[in-house]
Amino acid sequence: MQNPWIYVGLFVLVGMFIPIAAIAIAAFLGPKKPNAIKQSTYECGIETVGDSWIQFKAQYYIFALVFLVFDVETVFLFPWAVSLNKLPLFAVFEGIIFILILLAGLVYAWKKGMLEWV
Amino acid sequence: MEFWKDPINTIFASLLKSFTSGGMSEILATILIWLIGILLFVTFAMVLDIFLVWIERKVVARFQDRLGPNRIGPFGIFQPFADIVKLLIKEDITPVGADVIMFNLAPIFSMMSVLLLWAIMPFAPLMVGVDLNVGMLYLVAAGSIGTLSVIMAGWASNNKYATMGAFRTVAQMISYEIPMVAAILVITVLAGSMGAVGIVEAQEIPFIFYAPLTFIIFLISAIAELGRSPFDLNEAESEIVAGFHTEYTGMKFGLFYAGELLHSFTFGGFIALLFFGGHRFFGLEELGPIVGALIFIGKALFFYWVIMWVKYTVPRIRIDHMLAFNWKFLTPLAFILLMVTALVGRLFLESNWLVPALFLSNILIAWLTVEYLKSHARKEREKEEALKPSTQMTQH
Repeated sequence: MQNPWIYVGLFVLVGMFIPIAAIAIAAFLGPKKPNAIKQSTYECGIETVGDSWIQFKAQYYIFALVFLVFDVETVFLFPWAVSLNKLPLFAVFEGIIFILILLAGLVYAWKKGMLEWV
Repeated sequence: MEFWKDPINTIFASLLKSFTSGGMSEILATILIWLIGILLFVTFAMVLDIFLVWIERKVVARFQDRLGPNRIGPFGIFQPFADIVKLLIKEDITPVGADVIMFNLAPIFSMMSVLLLWAIMPFAPLMVGVDLNVGMLYLVAAGSIGTLSVIMAGWASNNKYATMGAFRTVAQMISYEIPMVAAILVITVLAGSMGAVGIVEAQEIPFIFYAPLTFIIFLISAIAELGRSPFDLNEAESEIVAGFHTEYTGMKFGLFYAGELLHSFTFGGFIALLFFGGHRFFGLEELGPIVGALIFIGKALFFYWVIMWVKYTVPRIRIDHMLAFNWKFLTPLAFILLMVTALVGRLFLESNWLVPALFLSNILIAWLTVEYLKSHARKEREKEEALKPSTQMTQH
């Protein structure tokens, strides 16, 4: 049996080919009559006001940061979870202590008000 | 008879023999046969997607006490084909100032991320695309490409509302990945393997009896991850028109829409895989892989129906409620469940009391959570009562 990731690579290629084919057929079949009004961006029916670059709220960045910490934690927990039943009982407590440390971090962020959406 | 026991490998072996006897090297023949197989598989996925559109419109109509499309073909079954023809002949409008490359790549990535998940969906243990030994990690990773496509669509549209919708959608999607991955970790602990076929084979008793609360957490997180109601801020029709895909017309919009439906069905399939035994059905799956595949598709359609049921029943949730619900309730609960399941599962590893112990510990945590929420709500109510000015003019 060959490397299974070659299959996944082929899947990526075919998966990109199907939507590209759909868009190509649509571009071939559809009318092409651009005019200035059709191509202007939509703002509830009125003319656009100001730049289309809105202010990036800092709250998004904080949520992404907390997500990053927990995502890396879960990636570290995957090998622990797979081999849990073959390890001695002590390993379970190791994993639990790891999760508790990170939950303490979440509680700290909560008390400091980092998880509010204002 | 031998063919029905293992259809895919039999076809693969015979084709490989005929190709290599013609003089092709083995690797090239394998890649070629895989390519043909993948094309057939993806075509099946797209045809299923077309029927999902029909199912969706009929079911939403029944939930809203009306008939669905019933003009085109018997019971309106050719309606999605009419929709596809309409979307194909619409004009492709690119707004002025849009980033053309990202604008066109976003629907492609959105559809690609869903199709990638089909590589590991085990319709039966012998009818799976490829059984990666890191299947569950691949599930989360490939699902994140869809999140990337949302930001690409919103930013490249050169539209304030699309950008705002994209930011909120991505904040929601990444937040709800954490309880989802924690629920998958619980299943990995119980099954001892990350691969999809390993999880199916470990479910003599379906995992819903081992971890019912985890199923509820995974269901809620999956619905939020898909961007469906009640978490559909990205396409909140009455708020920000159509969110991140405001500026998309024609087939590109069709790819977003059909991609979302196929994504919902794929997650229905993963719920069936992780919690309900995959292709098992009281021993009926012994008849062969094809029967197992039909059982799996039936279960996936049932959970797709559950997801639609939630969508058309519950009103939309506000963004701050949604994020607070995730970070303050679901994430701690999911990790507490992971710790308790790991401990109880390890202590009762080889005994007959494993399933009752885990089930009872889930019930215990659910009851403790409800008690904590009740006391929290009571404290909040008392705080509000204390702040309210007394408007009584009675004499004490």
